Amino acid sequence: MTFADFIVTNAPALLVAIPLFAAFLCPVMGKISSTVRNCWVMGMMLITAAIAFILAYRVFATGPVLYVFGAAAANLAIPLDSGGIPIRIIFTVDAMSAFMEIICAIVGLTVLLYSLSSESRNSSLEGYYTLFFLMITGVFGMVSTGDLFNFFVFLEILSLASAGMIAYRIDGGIAVEAALKYFILSTLGAIFILFAIGIFYGEYNALNMAMIAQRMQYTMLDKIALVLIIAALAMKCGAVPLHFWTPDAYSMAPASVTAFLVVASQASLYGLFRVLFTMYNITMNCVTVGWIIIILGVLSMVVGVTMAIPQKDIKRLMAYHAVSQTGYMLLGVGVGLAVLGNAALTSAFGSMAMEGGIFHIFNHAMYKGLLFLTAGVIVYRIGTRDLNKMGGLGHTMKYTMIFFIIGALAIAGIPPLNGFASKQMIYESVYLFNPILAIIAMVVSILTLASFVKVFHSVFMGPQLPEYAGVKEAPLPMLIGMGILAAICILFGLFPQPVVDMLVAPAVHALADQSGYIASVLGGA
Amino acid sequence: MLWNLPLITVVVLTLIGLVTVLLKKNIIKILLGINILESAVNLFLVSLGYREGGVAPIFTLAPSELMVLPTPQALVLTSIVIGVATSALVLSFAMVLKKKYGTVDINEIRRLHG
Amino acid sequence: MRMSRIVRTAADILYPTILIFGLYIIAHGHLTPGGGFQGGAVIATAGALVIVAYSYAEVREWLSGKVLMGQEVIGLVGFIGVALIAFAFGQVFFFNYLNASGSLFGIPVPYGINAGELNTGGFVPLMNFAVGIEVWGGLTLVLIYMLSGLEKEVC
Repeated sequence: MTFADFIVTNAPALLVAIPLFAAFLCPVMGKISSTVRNCWVMGMMLITAAIAFILAYRVFATGPVLYVFGAAAANLAIPLDSGGIPIRIIFTVDAMSAFMEIICAIVGLTVLLYSLSSESRNSSLEGYYTLFFLMITGVFGMVSTGDLFNFFVFLEILSLASAGMIAYRIDGGIAVEAALKYFILSTLGAIFILFAIGIFYGEYNALNMAMIAQRMQYTMLDKIALVLIIAALAMKCGAVPLHFWTPDAYSMAPASVTAFLVVASQASLYGLFRVLFTMYNITMNCVTVGWIIIILGVLSMVVGVTMAIPQKDIKRLMAYHAVSQTGYMLLGVGVGLAVLGNAALTSAFGSMAMEGGIFHIFNHAMYKGLLFLTAGVIVYRIGTRDLNKMGGLGHTMKYTMIFFIIGALAIAGIPPLNGFASKQMIYESVYLFNPILAIIAMVVSILTLASFVKVFHSVFMGPQLPEYAGVKEAPLPMLIGMGILAAICILFGLFPQPVVDMLVAPAVHALADQSGYIASVLGGA
Repeated sequence: MLWNLPLITVVVLTLIGLVTVLLKKNIIKILLGINILESAVNLFLVSLGYREGGVAPIFTLAPSELMVLPTPQALVLTSIVIGVATSALVLSFAMVLKKKYGTVDINEIRRLHG
Repeated sequence: MRMSRIVRTAADILYPTILIFGLYIIAHGHLTPGGGFQGGAVIATAGALVIVAYSYAEVREWLSGKVLMGQEVIGLVGFIGVALIAFAFGQVFFFNYLNASGSLFGIPVPYGINAGELNTGGFVPLMNFAVGIEVWGGLTLVLIYMLSGLEKEVC
């Protein structure tokens, strides 16, 4: 077996094993010297991103990839003497998982490049990079796994590492308070998910997602499990009414960590969609559950943007906008879920709504990451987060201003940037479902634009203040990192149709097709 | 009635744990409430594996061949380890907060509003 | 502050006993209840016993933070390394390449109720040792760092 074959066959396992290996050796590398540590983390992240892209290419070309841990062969899901039951832990990478892996690889690479210079002023960085690689392991594991308890374990790894990173700069105790809020809510959510996993195990004697999907009858216990899982995962992705940790955690974490926390929230959103579409599908009452998701989405959109307008802290404002944009994704996918049982409506506008929602996940990770990184540059150079104290930075920080403009236009949904592409798909399809929801979405978009015009004016415009006279442009690694995200924003805005055809439509098809998922794992049973 | 005793205990422990987490003001007491909730979930998982007349699922010098299910026991082991890590992290946060603010009362340490 | 001579002597006798017992739990993880995490946690309580009997300042001179962190790294890298070596045999990740192979821990597991054969299990006992060493180092480090915040010890 050649080296290329080896990488391609074992890619799902390497995707989790290599970041873990990198995380465990970071303290040793840090003791040697800091240059060695920087080379180590950059090299390991490049290898991980490369493996993620190879795996995604293979999945989009040839279909779902199975990887069974500890079996005689990589795709032997059902052991020969078990009577038709998959008993090992399986990684099932289908098109939706590959889509999320691409997002995580791009944002992870960019954030690492950015942190090489933004953290260079601090000492004892071994803890930072160890926790960062543990976060990467957690996200890759969550989106690749096909086993419910494995999903819970990776979710807990992610939330422990994120809590450690939010409290990283103790900041006089305020960051620790934010991390405490995030972590206690996160633990409560995880305990509820474990209750639901116990209910599924007790009913169906299986932990594999495909096995539960095959055996699912929608009993009363399943309804209780559905409620627990929706509550816990909606809390983890920052939907209203459980969004209270989002502004505190996003504003107190270092800027690079915040950009990756956005990806972590999207991974929990992926988990919610995986449970709703693959495990339950049409056995549950699609219209009711769809409307619940739609209501969560609309509340998130409206509450997020109205709380963002009076904010004075730049990162807190962006965090409320993150809550609002999560509402768009929930709205799009909720409309797709509500018409799932009706084949005519699904092909008319249901698929387009889901494609809009899922494309919005990608776009949101890109432009929100870009916005948080620019806010990080401003804080790095000036030292304050208060909007009232900033002003006239456009004279010296020209590249940062351009990146901020790109990010702000993208989040407001202005053509030709990528936010417009996904928002238009959501508007069109949701209008055919219920016109009022589309009108609310458009009004929220206008308020988003107003909020970011305010931020832009108060940060970059105006005369140059005397206390900021010596402020220089951002260092080069930070500019390269932001440049990658901005380039993707512009590129996906100019050519959205190839992206939708090649990346988003297969992902939506894989998500909505329950029997295809079961057949790929259990072999056509 | 007797056979339902583990599940009744699970419900009672969950209620006690939720009330503690929601109503108490001291961080250490909130952490103890989280630990009680973890114990409730672990008890629930282990009690799912019970088979009537079964012994512990260990083949070394076992009294009989009829055993309870071992899979929930593996899940509970993982959950206990996660609980230990959770407790260690929240206690570290409590130590840092005590050093910076002098108190662990959650009403006194609130600085983030809006 | 140091406890009385009786307590210190009892701690001296109990410390190696707890260590041996913890290592027994780690080593027999594939036959009896126990395994890596449980044995490592038992060994970490030996550290707590010594800190209570002697004062924290004395124990901090004996137990070095660097050695414990090295233990953590060795344990973690050993765990991932044992799983990654499966690639060298051409198999999938975490494949049990030592099971029924005749080498270290390689005797096939006897079927049914038996008296427990130590030499079985494949790489499961190796992973138990790796996790046990890691948990020992990790929990003792947590103990030391948390107790370092004590300002004064009340008797």
